[in-house]
Amino acid sequence: MKAPANAIKRRSGSINGHTLLMLITIVLFILLYAGGCIAYADKNFTRVQTFLNILRSSAGLICVTCGMTCVMLTGGIDISVGSLIALDCMILAMGMGDWGFSAVVSMVLVLVLGIAFGLFQGFCVGYLQIQPFIVTMAGMFFARGMTAVISTDQLSITAESSQWFYDLANYRIYLPFGGYLNKAGKMVMPYIGWGVVVSFAVLIVIFLVLRYTRFGRSLYAVGGNEQSAAMMGLNVKKTKMLAYVLASFLCSIGGICYAMNTMSANVNQATGLEMDAISSCVIGGTLLTGGVGNVLGSLFGVLINGTISSIVQTNGKLASSWPNILTAILLCFFIVLQSVFAILKDRKK
Amino acid sequence: MENNIVLTARGICMTFPGVKALDNVDFTLRKGEIHALMGENGAGKSTLIKCLTGINDFEAGEIRVDGVDGPVKNRSTLDAQRVGISTVYQEVNLCPNLSVAENLYIGREPMTAFRTINRRAMFKRADELVKRLDIHVDVTQNLENYSLAIQQMIAIARAVDMNCKVLILDEPTSSLDDGEVEKLFTMMRNLKEQGVGIVFVTHFLEQVYAVCDRITVLRNGTLVGEYPIADLPRLELVSAMMGKDFDDLVDIRPEGYNDRTFDQPEIEARGMSHRGTIKPFDLDIRKGEVVGLTGLLGSGRSELARVIYGADKNQTGTLKVAGKEVKINQPIDAMNLGMGLLPDDRKAEGIIGDLSVRENIILAMQAKRGMFRLIPRAKQEEIADHYIQLLQIKTASRETPIKQLSGGNQQKAILGRWLATDPDFLILDEPTRGIDVGTKTEIQKLIIKLAQEGKSILFISSEIEEMIRTCNRMAVLRDGAKVGELDGELTQERVMKAIAGGSKE
Repeated sequence: MKAPANAIKRRSGSINGHTLLMLITIVLFILLYAGGCIAYADKNFTRVQTFLNILRSSAGLICVTCGMTCVMLTGGIDISVGSLIALDCMILAMGMGDWGFSAVVSMVLVLVLGIAFGLFQGFCVGYLQIQPFIVTMAGMFFARGMTAVISTDQLSITAESSQWFYDLANYRIYLPFGGYLNKAGKMVMPYIGWGVVVSFAVLIVIFLVLRYTRFGRSLYAVGGNEQSAAMMGLNVKKTKMLAYVLASFLCSIGGICYAMNTMSANVNQATGLEMDAISSCVIGGTLLTGGVGNVLGSLFGVLINGTISSIVQTNGKLASSWPNILTAILLCFFIVLQSVFAILKDRKK
Repeated sequence: MENNIVLTARGICMTFPGVKALDNVDFTLRKGEIHALMGENGAGKSTLIKCLTGINDFEAGEIRVDGVDGPVKNRSTLDAQRVGISTVYQEVNLCPNLSVAENLYIGREPMTAFRTINRRAMFKRADELVKRLDIHVDVTQNLENYSLAIQQMIAIARAVDMNCKVLILDEPTSSLDDGEVEKLFTMMRNLKEQGVGIVFVTHFLEQVYAVCDRITVLRNGTLVGEYPIADLPRLELVSAMMGKDFDDLVDIRPEGYNDRTFDQPEIEARGMSHRGTIKPFDLDIRKGEVVGLTGLLGSGRSELARVIYGADKNQTGTLKVAGKEVKINQPIDAMNLGMGLLPDDRKAEGIIGDLSVRENIILAMQAKRGMFRLIPRAKQEEIADHYIQLLQIKTASRETPIKQLSGGNQQKAILGRWLATDPDFLILDEPTRGIDVGTKTEIQKLIIKLAQEGKSILFISSEIEEMIRTCNRMAVLRDGAKVGELDGELTQERVMKAIAGGSKE
């Protein structure tokens, strides 16, 4: 019997390449986190809550990164997301404050804005065939500019503007495990906020969409070979447009999570967040050239970035620029790794 | 419409800026026949196919397809697929990053009740399909893990599974080796049995006679005629394509060519190798000599040439050029030593599509001179015109972007690029692939002329016949190693035996 042996050989062969890259990302995250735990055991790093805090502060970024992954799969990029988040927060703060809208109306407004924003950017990229970098750069300036037009003040979302939103943002969902005894001898259970729940819901939905829907597979096809995708009868233009709509929509969901976390709005909010999202995708194994990647990898990319920040914060003595430097090193490492894999693969042929 | 006719095209006209690409062309395809569409480069084969598949918007004429009332006007390949016309191109139009099964079913995957893709059903169906067509692959694997030949077959399987009535194969065999071609033919014959009408475009005459039932010949955008295969023997086919009596089997070697002696060594390779692609080899090429590299596809022919040229780094052994030991780290070193390499993958390694024909021709020459010593414009134009004329490159003007030229003419332009550098040693890797018979002979004659002028040539081709006609000596490769050399009287049989190795004797 030859066939089974063959099949096994192929299977093990497929572990190489992209799956391996993602595994490396996951292992790296675990090592990094374990390192943090060992080094800062005395500073509560080992508490479950520390990990959950990373999730809480990255909830918005996780949503944004999911959208970014979809866009990058098509071979595109969306650098407008950071500015769009600033605009989202501003609209939420002003909407519930000066404009006197209810929290729900403000949130719907933000989501509709996201879709409209994405439709326009996606139309330019898909149908007018303009470079995504240029289109979303224009979007980036526009969103940041509009934020300033609405207000240049430092605003906060307070209980007075919307009690409901305030409660929502501060609501603690306690986990049934992983607690610790505080000094008073009371059991403190770890908790998460709604933002984490939303971001994981987004993550799961996008994971399933990418794997099991026609649209999701079309994203991969377009990124793999655009001409072929067209030849095989896929609507490339529409697929590309929808990718940007999805990215901006998820970014707006992320914006709401972000606002719940910061409860404030100002012109300079979330500057450079688009770069965090892109670097998370790349560290998670998404190729800038498109066609390869998935949101699970991107999640670990976000977590690695979050862990680095958390370690630097916990240390307390390191300059705040260290996360940037570490991220840079990691990016380098992964890009080099990707290239090495590509070269090895070529050689095999 | 007659009962057994699946496709008719009548009076198709199509104009590109400055060129009448198709002029009143008719084409008829019957059920269960393999129909060769023949013509020289620029005769309009690709244009006609693109009209049928909806990529080109033809100006006049009508297309009718069996089972569709009234004329069909396809606006896209999707439209064409809906009426039953599927196409497989020379460049595989699939997505390498998706699984084989997805490539087969994307856009029409089996769905579950929740409007999601039923992956299990898709894999099962894909597996049944490839088994039925006798392709041995694991359908869950990404397409990029398989060879080009397999990818080509997957592309055909995809077309077949879409219940196509008309299957157009545009140069499907140009990157396959003999065994793979035979497999493809078996597949084509099976499909023919099932009543599919197949349009087969190829430059390999033998292949036409091996599988086709009927031939339609185009020349300069007009229809020459449609013939049953028995009525059009090889020579007549060639003359129909060329529009003149032409014998492609004549001996193209001029008087005295065979009697030349070679004494000055040009290239002496000793134990050169590149890990994973070619094992250590020795090779001598003397001044004025044409040495052929033969072997099956993937036996290391191109790889050997790439090591000499420095495109892949030489990891062992030494190289002498014109008696002096040299070290080549990158192609520019080789160019400065008077080498030139015409790569086989002209799309990826050869042409720069958006640059003009002129710019493409002077490219290597400019690179050799250095970036800052620009060749004067007048000189550039003179050189470009010279090679356009010499190689008879069909182009609207020398400033036309090269991507607008047909494949064969692009190939000629790249050949011109290397001739312009006036190399002493030229490596030609499949210079005639995808080129019509007339041009092939022109290029072969050119090779012989260059050899007579004292240039050394390393010639790689999948067509043994053409190598026999041009080479003084041949090196045989098998599985990434040089296994022998042939000189003296070269015959097809000897070469075949050498390629096949001991197992066949």
